[in-house]
Amino acid sequence: MSTLEVDSLSKAYGSVQALRGTSFGVDQGEIFGFVGSNGAGKTTTMRIALGVLAPDAGEVRWAGRPVDHAVRRRIGYMPEERGLYPKMKVGDQLTYLARLHGMPAAEATAAMERWTETLGVDGRRGDEVQKLSLGNQQRVQLAAALVHDPEILVLDEPFSGLDPVAVDVMSGVLRDRADAGVPVVFSSHQLELVEQLCDRVGIIKDGEMVAVGGIDELRRVGSPRWAVAVPAGAGAGAAGGGAGAGWVDAPGVRVLDAGTAGAQQRVVFETAHAGAEQAVLRAALDRGPVLEFAPVLPSLTELYRHVVSAREDVGGQDSPETTTEGDAA
Amino acid sequence: MSAADDRTAADRAAGPESAGAAIRLVAGREIRTRLTSKAFLVTTALLVLSVVLGGVLLNLVGSSGPDSQKVGLTAESAGLEQSIDAAAKATGTDVTTVPVDDPAQGRQQVTDGDLDALVTGTAGDLQVTVDSDLDDGLRAILTSVSQQAALADAVESLGGDPAGVAADIAQAAPQVTVLDPDDTFDPARYVAGLATGILIFITLLTTGQLLAQGVVEEKQSRVVELLLATVRPWHLMTGKVLGIGTIGLLQVALVAGAGAGTAATLGLVDTGSLDVGSVAVWVVVWFVIGFATYAFAIAGAASLVSRQEDVGAVIAPFTALMMIPYIIGVSVAPWSPDSPLVAWISYLPFCGPLLMPIRMAVGGVETWEVVLSLGLSIVAIPVLVWLSSRIYSNAVLRMGARIKVRDALRAA
Repeated sequence: MSTLEVDSLSKAYGSVQALRGTSFGVDQGEIFGFVGSNGAGKTTTMRIALGVLAPDAGEVRWAGRPVDHAVRRRIGYMPEERGLYPKMKVGDQLTYLARLHGMPAAEATAAMERWTETLGVDGRRGDEVQKLSLGNQQRVQLAAALVHDPEILVLDEPFSGLDPVAVDVMSGVLRDRADAGVPVVFSSHQLELVEQLCDRVGIIKDGEMVAVGGIDELRRVGSPRWAVAVPAGAGAGAAGGGAGAGWVDAPGVRVLDAGTAGAQQRVVFETAHAGAEQAVLRAALDRGPVLEFAPVLPSLTELYRHVVSAREDVGGQDSPETTTEGDAA
Repeated sequence: MSAADDRTAADRAAGPESAGAAIRLVAGREIRTRLTSKAFLVTTALLVLSVVLGGVLLNLVGSSGPDSQKVGLTAESAGLEQSIDAAAKATGTDVTTVPVDDPAQGRQQVTDGDLDALVTGTAGDLQVTVDSDLDDGLRAILTSVSQQAALADAVESLGGDPAGVAADIAQAAPQVTVLDPDDTFDPARYVAGLATGILIFITLLTTGQLLAQGVVEEKQSRVVELLLATVRPWHLMTGKVLGIGTIGLLQVALVAGAGAGTAATLGLVDTGSLDVGSVAVWVVVWFVIGFATYAFAIAGAASLVSRQEDVGAVIAPFTALMMIPYIIGVSVAPWSPDSPLVAWISYLPFCGPLLMPIRMAVGGVETWEVVLSLGLSIVAIPVLVWLSSRIYSNAVLRMGARIKVRDALRAA
């Protein structure tokens, strides 16, 4: 199986260090979500992979070999800065781009027809790009990334500015390409979407990868969390805790959240060692019927906030810089 | 180390074929875009039309002069044809003789204006019928014919040989020694020089503008990032230059062809003093050299800015550079082609392609001068291509404010 490997990329723009040894890998057939705040280094990484920018150090490899011009022509790319010839017709433009990637004329035309149809812009082939709505321009932009039947897909914010229907179309196309054996890398700020769509994610912060892995794998990082729900007020008198969550208290257990909704009291807690949750379960059963007892996995959004803010706490002097970058973007 | 070697090896393997194909595709797109653009078609049509109309106008003004005289000869006077032709040639007057069936018909043709004069009678008794006035040149010719007939009669009656006397008279002419030959001013050459200068100047100016706008259009619309993910910067730049150059060449060839064709059809120029065909060919050659010189430099300069509004400022130095030889070419060169200023400027790259063709049309240029000017321009082109490619590659992806040339050259 071939892998797209981003290996120890470094890049500085003047005094700003954009990438600091950024590394990750994407296997064939895998969708990799690339997340991070504005200015974290996502676009720079993608531009280097496409050869649009040269790294100061490190390299990008495909199937064990450095990505060269011949490989780049087999990559489908959607730049962050969208761009097509505004006065060129949609069909002509896509055919031209396919041919620039080395497709013979007849194949290029067929591919243009196929992708405009798949993406629902086949009725606009004869129109100039500038006459299309932004959403349709975005679809044409995706078609431009796909039209030469690429072996690798690198998409910078493909979902930004899309309506819900277009998001579904785009998701479907990405899944479909991945199923066809294409490694797909895309960046996004829509973390729910990334969580839903991606096999693996990488979180970048200040040019460094702070977390890379399968979504489930990442969610299991850190102390396990559990949720327990019991009827509200059950055994309240007995434990003397009232509506409080004092009854959950046990060695190695830390309550994160407790609340009552309707007739149900729900408590989320963290365990310091395996088995600690069993004591809580016993305590819950002592109080009456247990309505819910299950492990809780953090969402990608929680994970992202956790990872990003944790790093900020550690490196105090990093915070001002991060703030500045966020503001600038 | 081995990885780096592999990369270059792979690049080279994929290189020539894909480079050629990429450049052809880029050039093809440029050509198609221009050929389907109304602005280009209208401009070209107007240029061709103005050249043809200019020729026609020149012809109308020119033919009002007293040059071509059509003389009708009846069966009786047909024998005078040779004498009239000889006399016309000797005085440099353009006379055509036409046979006329009978005097009545001839008189009608004179009245209708089909003939300038009808000659009847014999050499000794010449009768000329005109509509209103006999042209002075024609009067001199016919007088000379009459006088020669009278002279021949006299010689014959004295027992001499009229043919021998006629031959002697024809050869008798004063020998003139010119101490300080005047620069002959030939209006046809001046017009050809002017037309050449204007055509090359306008076409270089408009193609340079198109090129700069094309480079900035790709930058402004950001499509350049998508393009550079699959083709190299120099593919894109070379393709653009070749495409727009082809369009410019087409325009020049059409206009030069139309001009030369009009001149030839209407007989505007004396083919002995000016070879219109070779002037037209040289226009095309000099356009190609001039375009190659300016195009790469302009493409490199245009890559420094990101907005169409800034195009004018960035190509202004090149426009100024075109103006100098052009103005000298149309104002000084035709009047004093031997001026050392004109000569020196016509040797320089950037200037030669605009000035030398004007000098060549006007005349009096030595072959070595043309070779020198061509040579210097051709030597300069690779240097300009190298510099411009470097600037273009470094600047074309940098958006925002105008980039300094020094920064673009230095950044790797």
